[in-house]
Amino acid sequence: MTGVAAIAIALVQLVLFVFLAPLLIGVIRQVRARLEGRAGSGIWQPWRDVRKLLVKNPVRAVDSSWMLAAGPVTLLVSSLLLCALLPLVGTLPLPLIPSDLFVIVSVMLIGVVALALVGLDAGTAFGGMGSSRHMTVAALVEPTLLLAVYALSIPAGTSTLSLIVETRLENPAVIISPVSLLAMVALAIAIMAETSRLPVDNPSTHLELTMLHEAMVLEASGRDLAWLELGSWLKLAALLGLLSNLIVPWGVMTDWSALGVVIGMGTVTVKILLLGVVLSVGEVFLAKARLFRVPELLAGSFALALLAVTASYLVA
Amino acid sequence: MSVTRLTKLIRTSGRIAETAPPAPALHTGAEVFGGSVQVRFINGGSCNDCAMEVQSAFGPVYDVERYGIRLVASPRHADVLVITGAVTRNLIEPLLRTVDATPTPRFVIAVGDCAITGGVFAEGYGVAGPVSDFVHVDLAVPGNPPEPAVIVEALRRMTGR
Repeated sequence: MTGVAAIAIALVQLVLFVFLAPLLIGVIRQVRARLEGRAGSGIWQPWRDVRKLLVKNPVRAVDSSWMLAAGPVTLLVSSLLLCALLPLVGTLPLPLIPSDLFVIVSVMLIGVVALALVGLDAGTAFGGMGSSRHMTVAALVEPTLLLAVYALSIPAGTSTLSLIVETRLENPAVIISPVSLLAMVALAIAIMAETSRLPVDNPSTHLELTMLHEAMVLEASGRDLAWLELGSWLKLAALLGLLSNLIVPWGVMTDWSALGVVIGMGTVTVKILLLGVVLSVGEVFLAKARLFRVPELLAGSFALALLAVTASYLVA
Repeated sequence: MSVTRLTKLIRTSGRIAETAPPAPALHTGAEVFGGSVQVRFINGGSCNDCAMEVQSAFGPVYDVERYGIRLVASPRHADVLVITGAVTRNLIEPLLRTVDATPTPRFVIAVGDCAITGGVFAEGYGVAGPVSDFVHVDLAVPGNPPEPAVIVEALRRMTGR
C-alpha cells in the first residue's frame, strides 16, 4: 500500500512541477523586471515561450550528431526524475528507487553531462567553452552537494532525503543547530551554481564571453531548446523545493491522505514561489563574479560543508 | 554601488516604463508565436543610428519586453530578425547564413530607410543594396532613424499583445 501511495505522490510531484517550474521562472523574471523599473512580461511568459518553441521546426547544424536531439531529452528526463524522487509534496520513499543522496546527485549529474555534450556537439567555439566551464563548475559543486547533505544526514542517521526531511519535521531544533545552518549555506551556494544563477552565471546575458549555461544552448533550436529550457527550469524548481523543505519542513505530507496531498502541494508551491522572489531580489544586488573567482566561492561553500560534517561529530 | 544606495534608487525611481499604447493588429502568420517572440538583431552595415533606436526600444522606458519580446544571442533561438542598414558587400554572406540558421516560421523586419531603400548610402562603393535584394522582408519600418515607439509597434504586431 505504501508503495502505491509513494508512486502516486511521485506522479503528483511530476505534474505539479511541470506546471510550477515555468511559473517560478515567470515570477523570478517579473520581480526582477519590476525592480528594474520595467513593466515585465507577466508570470505566464515562460509558458508561452515553451509552447512557441514546440511548434517551430528545429534547425540543426550540418556537423551535429544525434546528441543534439538526444541530449535535451536526457536533461529533461533527469530533471523530471529529480522532481519525482525528491521529497517535495510528500516524504514517502519509492520502494525500488530511494531518494537517497547518491541517487539524487547521480541523476543530476546525468543531466549535467548531457547538457555539456549538447554544447560540444555542434563544434562551435562558444559551445565548447560553455561546456568546459560548466564541467569545471560541476566538478566543484558535486562534492559540496554530497558533503552538505551528508552533514544533514548525520542527525537523521540515514542518507535518504525524505527521512532527513521527516526528522527535521519531528525535531525542529535540528534545523537551527550550527551543523544544519553551515550545511544549508553550503547547499544554497552549491544549488545557485548548479542551476546557473548569479553570481556564478548570468541567466539573462547576451554576451557570449560571460555565458555558462547560455553558451551551451546557443546551437539548440525549436523543441531541442524547449526541452533544454524546461529541463533547467525543472531542476531549479526541484532544488529550490528541496532547499525550502529542508529549511521549513512544515506542510510536507508524511502519511498518505487526500487532504495531506492538497496541503503538501499548496505549501510547496508557496514555499518555492517565496524562495523564487527572495532569489530574484537577491540577484538584483549581485553582479556576476569573474570566472576565476567562481572556484573561490565554491571552495568556500565546500569548506562550509566540511565544517558542518566536522561539527556534526564534535557538537552533536 | 552599495546595497543601501541601490535600494534607495529602486525606491525613488519606481516604474520607469511608460504606459502601453493600445495593441496594433497582429501581422498575418504571426499567430503561431502565441505572444512570445525572440528577436535576433542584425546590423547589415548601418551607421548605428537605427541600432541605437532598437536598443532604446528594449530599454526600460519603452520596455518592449512586456509584450513578450526578448532579444536573444543566437539566430537559432530567434523568431524575428531585425535588420538595420543597407547591406554592405562584406555582410551579404553573414546575413544569408544568419537567415538560414533561423528556424521557421520566421519573420524579417527591416528597420530604417537604409535597410528599405539603401538611403543616403545607396550609391556607396561598399554597399551591395537594400535588405530586400537578399532576403524576403515581411515588415518594413521607415524612418531615418525610426523612433523607438514605431519600432515597438512593429514588434508588437508580431506578438499581438
